[in-house]
Amino acid sequence: MPILTLYDAVGAALTEEMRRDRTVMAFGEGIATKRHELVSEFGALRVRNTPLAEGIIAGTAVGAAATGLRPVIDLLFAPFLCYAMDELVNSAGKLRYMSGGQWSFPLVTLAMTGAGWGVGAQHNHNVEAWFVHSPGLKVVMPSTPADAKGLLKAAIRDDNPVLFFLDIGLLHEPGEVPDTEATIPLGTAAVRREGHDVTLVSYGKTVHNCLRAADELAAAGVSAEVVDLRSLKPLDMPTVLASVAKTGRLVVVHEANRLCGVGAEIAAVVAEEAFASLKAPIARLGGPDAPVAASYPLEQAFVPQAAAIAAAAERLCRRQYA
Amino acid sequence: MAQNFPQIDPSMLLEQMLLIRAYEEAIVAGSAAGAVPGTCTSVGQEAAAVGVVNALAAEDLILTNHRSAGHLLARGADPGRLLAEVMGREGGYCGGRSGSLHIAVKELGVVLTSTIVGGELAMAPGVALSRSMLGLPGIVVCFFGDGAACEGRFHESLNLAALWNLPVLYVCENNHWQAFVHRREAMSREHVSDWAASYGIPAQTIDGNDVLAVLAAAQTATEQVRTSGRPYLLEVLTYRTRGHFEPDDQAYVDREELAAWLARDPIKLLGDRLVADGSMTASGHARLADKVATRICAAHAFADASPYPNADTLTRDVYA
Ligand SMILES: Cc1ncc(C[n+]2csc(CCOP(=O)(O)OP(=O)(O)O)c2C)c(N)n1
Repeated sequence: MPILTLYDAVGAALTEEMRRDRTVMAFGEGIATKRHELVSEFGALRVRNTPLAEGIIAGTAVGAAATGLRPVIDLLFAPFLCYAMDELVNSAGKLRYMSGGQWSFPLVTLAMTGAGWGVGAQHNHNVEAWFVHSPGLKVVMPSTPADAKGLLKAAIRDDNPVLFFLDIGLLHEPGEVPDTEATIPLGTAAVRREGHDVTLVSYGKTVHNCLRAADELAAAGVSAEVVDLRSLKPLDMPTVLASVAKTGRLVVVHEANRLCGVGAEIAAVVAEEAFASLKAPIARLGGPDAPVAASYPLEQAFVPQAAAIAAAAERLCRRQYA
Repeated sequence: MAQNFPQIDPSMLLEQMLLIRAYEEAIVAGSAAGAVPGTCTSVGQEAAAVGVVNALAAEDLILTNHRSAGHLLARGADPGRLLAEVMGREGGYCGGRSGSLHIAVKELGVVLTSTIVGGELAMAPGVALSRSMLGLPGIVVCFFGDGAACEGRFHESLNLAALWNLPVLYVCENNHWQAFVHRREAMSREHVSDWAASYGIPAQTIDGNDVLAVLAAAQTATEQVRTSGRPYLLEVLTYRTRGHFEPDDQAYVDREELAAWLARDPIKLLGDRLVADGSMTASGHARLADKVATRICAAHAFADASPYPNADTLTRDVYA
């Protein structure tokens, strides 16, 4: 299998989907410059640079999606989504419903986020949960190059608006990527490692921290299962619930603010639907309720690291809960 | 420029304006009686809607805003289904999900309606982009208010449409009000069309209460968008004579300004003209009014009889 970075896996997905479907087009702030191979293959009409105007980029994608195109837009960094919030949330997310199902909005919005480049809070802000909370949208955040390709292909084919978050810290990490038509359905989690004592659920780069934590836990005699959500909406709760039914313990981990983050929803659903299988309280590890600092050690301190995840899991396994 | 525009019978324009007025008045009465939710009516602005919409071809697509009844009715929407929508009934064009503020009618090419002021401006370039990328016929007409022109999206939309050569006819219905703020308090320029010039977009400001003038300007504008494939901005000066929404006592409105516009009521202007030049008799005029009243009665009967949506359809159509 070819080895690609996550960034190049995104390019591979775009290339394959643009070949497959002439209604797919890509535009955004510098996409034609940075992905010039797309311009060479598909021409300057299908791959366009845009003015620095996130609102009109998103609005144009919404209008185009409703009337026959499948746009993929690149809005660079997730905090810039604030300028496109109206078009994504109020138009793309709502107008299908408000029109009684007359329209659909097959569009994909790409945005980078997360620790890794020390860019600070106006470039790094894990805002995924905002969009999970907004009806009509789907939300995806892959942790591997292969998933980035397979999920992006599925997102482009989906008839709904999809927010596709790229973790900055993973962008240039290489990985095996199938050069086949392998799409990954949105809403399917992946069990990255099997275990029977505790379930670690995460998405994005903290999946890798969970895997490192699982190694540490194994050395201490604790068997951890690691679930990578991949899609935050739809959320694959059956996979999470099946894992918790097996292990009886749950640690939810993400880089985004813990307060009202996706982990809170997962913890709530597990408490509602799998209370009887829980042998310990649910633990949540997430970023603090603070903007992300640019300084490297502070940026790293924001992210749940393997040692903290292992310690949390071990506490759940060692303590007695009457 | 070629002036071979189709001949349009002015009495048909009058009938459409009468229908819009009667529809809006039915809503006014219904909301006063507590039977119909209040809306943002287009009373006083009928000529703008009728003049522009009658210049369009069947394949043209329309985006509009919260004050859309005139655009929809002039495009041929059924007043019964519109009223049912306003009343939240299943028989409405959007199954009661929209209410008055977001009505879209795909079968009439009324594609997207935004009550987020400026939302329609943000989506218009994309609708035009799909025309040009897919080689589909038709231009895009985007109705918006002078208030929307003060949103950043107006400027972003014009810049992109000019930059990417998109066939959008921007129609600003400048009714002098942005909810409870007069345009003089909000605009750095006298006219919205002044702004178009800075994007290299041809623009014209016209009297929006003279339906024949609106029609002629809109025919020229649509022709120019069609042949050039580029945007054009038409600013239609008119007045929102019943206030922002029902009910609105308009205590904040300058009496003289309102009176001056009421004296130039678009329906009276055309009706008087047609009677004066002998193309219509007073009884012909009355017959039109009767015909329209009958349609509105039937619309009310349809809407009243249409059931409310069933609560088990609450989450239908969120996702495709
Ligand atoms: C983004 C946004 N801001 C404010 C409002 C509240 N609002 C609804 S209509 C309106 C006035 C709009 O004025 P204009 O665009 O001139 O249209 P008009 O109502 O005069 O037809 C306002 C402020 C809104 N719906 N959306």
